[in-house]
Amino acid sequence: MLTKRLIACFDVKNRMVTKATQFQNNIDIAPAEEIAETVYRDQIDEIIFYDIMASAEKRPIDLDMVRAVAKKVFVPFTVGGGIRSLEDMYQVLKAGAEKISIDSMAVRNPDIIRQGAEAFGRQCMVLSMQVKNVGVSKKIPSGYEIAIDGARTFTGMDAVEWAIRGESLGAGEICVNSIDNDGTHQGYDLDITKKISDAVSVPIIASGGAGKPSHLADVFTRTGASAGIISSMLYSPKLPRNFSVREIKEELARYGIPMRPYREDAQ
Amino acid sequence: MIAVIDYKAGNGPSVKNALDHLGEEAVLTADPDQILGADGIILPGVGSADATMESLRELGLIEVLNEAVLNKKTLFLGICVGMQVLLSHSEEGDCDTLGWIPGQVKRFEEGVRIPQMGYNAVRFKGDHPLVQGLKEDYFYFVNSYYASPDCAQDTAGEAEYGHPFCALIARDNIMGSQFHMEKSGPAGLDLLKRFCAMTKGEAVC
Repeated sequence: MLTKRLIACFDVKNRMVTKATQFQNNIDIAPAEEIAETVYRDQIDEIIFYDIMASAEKRPIDLDMVRAVAKKVFVPFTVGGGIRSLEDMYQVLKAGAEKISIDSMAVRNPDIIRQGAEAFGRQCMVLSMQVKNVGVSKKIPSGYEIAIDGARTFTGMDAVEWAIRGESLGAGEICVNSIDNDGTHQGYDLDITKKISDAVSVPIIASGGAGKPSHLADVFTRTGASAGIISSMLYSPKLPRNFSVREIKEELARYGIPMRPYREDAQ
Repeated sequence: MIAVIDYKAGNGPSVKNALDHLGEEAVLTADPDQILGADGIILPGVGSADATMESLRELGLIEVLNEAVLNKKTLFLGICVGMQVLLSHSEEGDCDTLGWIPGQVKRFEEGVRIPQMGYNAVRFKGDHPLVQGLKEDYFYFVNSYYASPDCAQDTAGEAEYGHPFCALIARDNIMGSQFHMEKSGPAGLDLLKRFCAMTKGEAVC
């Protein structure tokens, strides 16, 4: 049977993985390809990199970084940040990434989803959305609004309606990032994750708030999410303890969640 | 030497990276002479069956592949869409495909999330050298369509998504995996290594 996925997510700045702006001293800043290789060897299922400065600096994604990661990681990896055109997407895929994550860009120009899906297949188009609980209103029937530009700009768009539209435009996967839960380590926002996973048929990635393995068990048993993003759990000192991928998988197996088993004999 | 077919829709660079990592001699190419001279051919694939066929046709590679695989019996491995085009016909774009393995490619029915995306368990079957001695392992799938070969003995591995489906095809020198061997972690690399060993005439077990 199809297993649930654990996706490690990293912010990259000047080719270095960083969390230092949000959490002090939590990881040694290291080149993206080194961090990628470490989590690959720990048997993570998938990896996402966000080139967090590309958009602000109005430059394309660092393709050398993508190429370096692609030589060391033999599980799928997704790249996001700074993608503005079909040409940008083509370059990132050619450099060895499997998928492209689009967020603010897709809100500004929804047709880019359709164009990307037509050119490269919908399986490589990940629509990432930042959602905030603003209460149910006529304009926001789900109670969750879409924000862009690092959660600084609110769009007036309803999260569930945007997910449905994104799917119909050609998104092959939807990543639901909860602005409220991000960084709290108190668990994913089950409410909006369930609303969106019920509303669309493409796979859903839950994001924001995971602090311990039971949070993943909750999102996998109580919503239709296919994958969960983990980040702080792997290394943040703000948490009482950190977890290896292996520990997380073993604990999820105890909850009865189908996971790709850890291989003892892997090189 | 393994020729990885370089065409627009393929993820050739990812397959080449995996082969480099395994220390295998491989070249990313669309050159007929290189393909005809190779010990093994890998057709990678992402995207749709009709776009893949169109791309192969544009590059003039269909006759080259027919010659290499059907006449010269070069060992061949298709991955994902590269496996689907081995069959006779695909519902995706309603297109005729290479037809080396009799059968159809169909869309997953309602009731499951489409595309299937993630690691699924594959149970190996039969005694083809690629899978001999293997029982079950997990591999990364991304597909909305699946292969349905006419002859049950062409299926060398089966997975379940709504219903059992053919995850791995093997008939003589022709092999194909619906899953991405190059992106399935150590299990995928092991299987890729077995294919490479076959191209060098080495025992794989």
